[in-house]
Amino acid sequence: MIRFTSVYKAYPNGAMALKDVTFHVSKGEFVFLTGHSGAGKSTIMKLLFAEQRPSGGEVRVSGYNVNSLQPDDVPRLRRRLGVVFQDFRLLEDRTAEENVAFALEVTGARTDTIAARVMRVLTQVGLSAKSRAYPRELSGGEQQRVAIARALVNDPAILLADEPTGNLDERATRGVFQLLRDINNGGTVVVMATHDLDLVRQTVYRTIEMRDGGLVYDSDVDEAAAEAP
Amino acid sequence: MKLLTREALLSFQRAPLLSVLSVTTIAFSLFTVGLFGLVAINLREALRGLEERVEIAAYTFRGTPSETIVIATQDIAAFPEVQDVSYVSEEEALRRARSELVEFRDAYRDLQVNPLPASIEVRMKAGYRDAATVGRVAERLRGFGFIDDVRFGREWVQKLDQLRNLTGLVGLVIGLAFAAVAVVIIGVTIRLTILQRAREISIMRLVGATNWFIRGPFLLEGALKGLLGGLLSLVLCYGGYLLFRDSSGGTLSGLVFFGPQQMALIILFGVLLGLCGSMVSVGRHLRHV
Repeated sequence: MIRFTSVYKAYPNGAMALKDVTFHVSKGEFVFLTGHSGAGKSTIMKLLFAEQRPSGGEVRVSGYNVNSLQPDDVPRLRRRLGVVFQDFRLLEDRTAEENVAFALEVTGARTDTIAARVMRVLTQVGLSAKSRAYPRELSGGEQQRVAIARALVNDPAILLADEPTGNLDERATRGVFQLLRDINNGGTVVVMATHDLDLVRQTVYRTIEMRDGGLVYDSDVDEAAAEAP
Repeated sequence: MKLLTREALLSFQRAPLLSVLSVTTIAFSLFTVGLFGLVAINLREALRGLEERVEIAAYTFRGTPSETIVIATQDIAAFPEVQDVSYVSEEEALRRARSELVEFRDAYRDLQVNPLPASIEVRMKAGYRDAATVGRVAERLRGFGFIDDVRFGREWVQKLDQLRNLTGLVGLVIGLAFAAVAVVIIGVTIRLTILQRAREISIMRLVGATNWFIRGPFLLEGALKGLLGGLLSLVLCYGGYLLFRDSSGGTLSGLVFFGPQQMALIILFGVLLGLCGSMVSVGRHLRHV
């Protein structure tokens, strides 16, 4: 589903955001991406949804080669992904259901199917009762659920979550995390960038740790190596 | 399509002040262009009146047989540049002089001998009333043996030429300058709308909207603003036209307003300006995101 091969990313000011990063993620996986601020987590996310292009190496996502993606292919790739951010990125002047429907409307979904699909994902994230509420009327955890519903409504193969619990209290964090696990159990690949190490330690999911733009730890590879005789 | 229209109209609702501002700036830019256009078409109308009076008078030698003149008149009427030819006999010339030159009426009345020569008056077809063509035809008339002298207002015709060329040039330059200003203003107002909606655009991109889908509402918005601005500018122009016509106390009663085609052209121009302005702004923004 995701394949990074010796990926480098340099910014115009000369700073190296990623140095020789290689990993791949298979179908059905849940992967934590950890590391301090500036370690390269967000850059990996941006490469994944083609917000940026690699300076070297190759990035493949859901069958697309991000290096050579044509402008027309960027929207096509993004329709196969769901993306969630720390700051929710909801439209303040639209209700929860309108925010979710927006993702369908702008991708040209059939109008008569929109309402049902929106209600299905809002139910999935546990917010069907608050579908008419505006973001300002919702708690942080609820707003993030609306954002997740919006990310899910196009039935993505991969869900990218960049610090999804960064702005949430502990209870809301647990709820959102559980929701992401449920989504993963449904078969969707989830890549979650976080620096909440407590959350990471509670689970057995694969963890990739970044430091200064380099990949310093991948639980899959390192544990396999440790087990080898 | 429904969504496109809704999004475009929503932007008017979300930022009414900004929308009014952009529509009025477009209207005022087009109003200025329109006013100049009105001056230009009225000047052209006035020039056409003057031009119709461009004629050549060829005076014949005294005693030229009238058959010669009749045949020559037919030849001259066949010139491609010539609209019509008329023969003014000596007696006709004297009669005209008596009625037109009132100050000399007494002098003409007491004449024993008619001093005025007969002449052939040649009027030129529209499109051939410029100095060069008129001069060429005058030269050809001089070639007839019985023609004594050929007169036409050479300087006058040349001045008319210059005035016509100048009007066209000034109109073009000012029109282009104002069009450029209008494009910049529309670009800026659309840019403000885009910045105001930057969050929405980034979300649209994130969920996989195509660039054309994102552009659509903004282009429609620009075109709509151009359309409204164009209509408003016509209303302003018409107001200006009425004001001029009425305040002139009847001396400018012959003023003309734009015809339906010209009005359609101004509105179309407004729409094009709106489209250009938004295309530039949206294009720039989408490249940077």
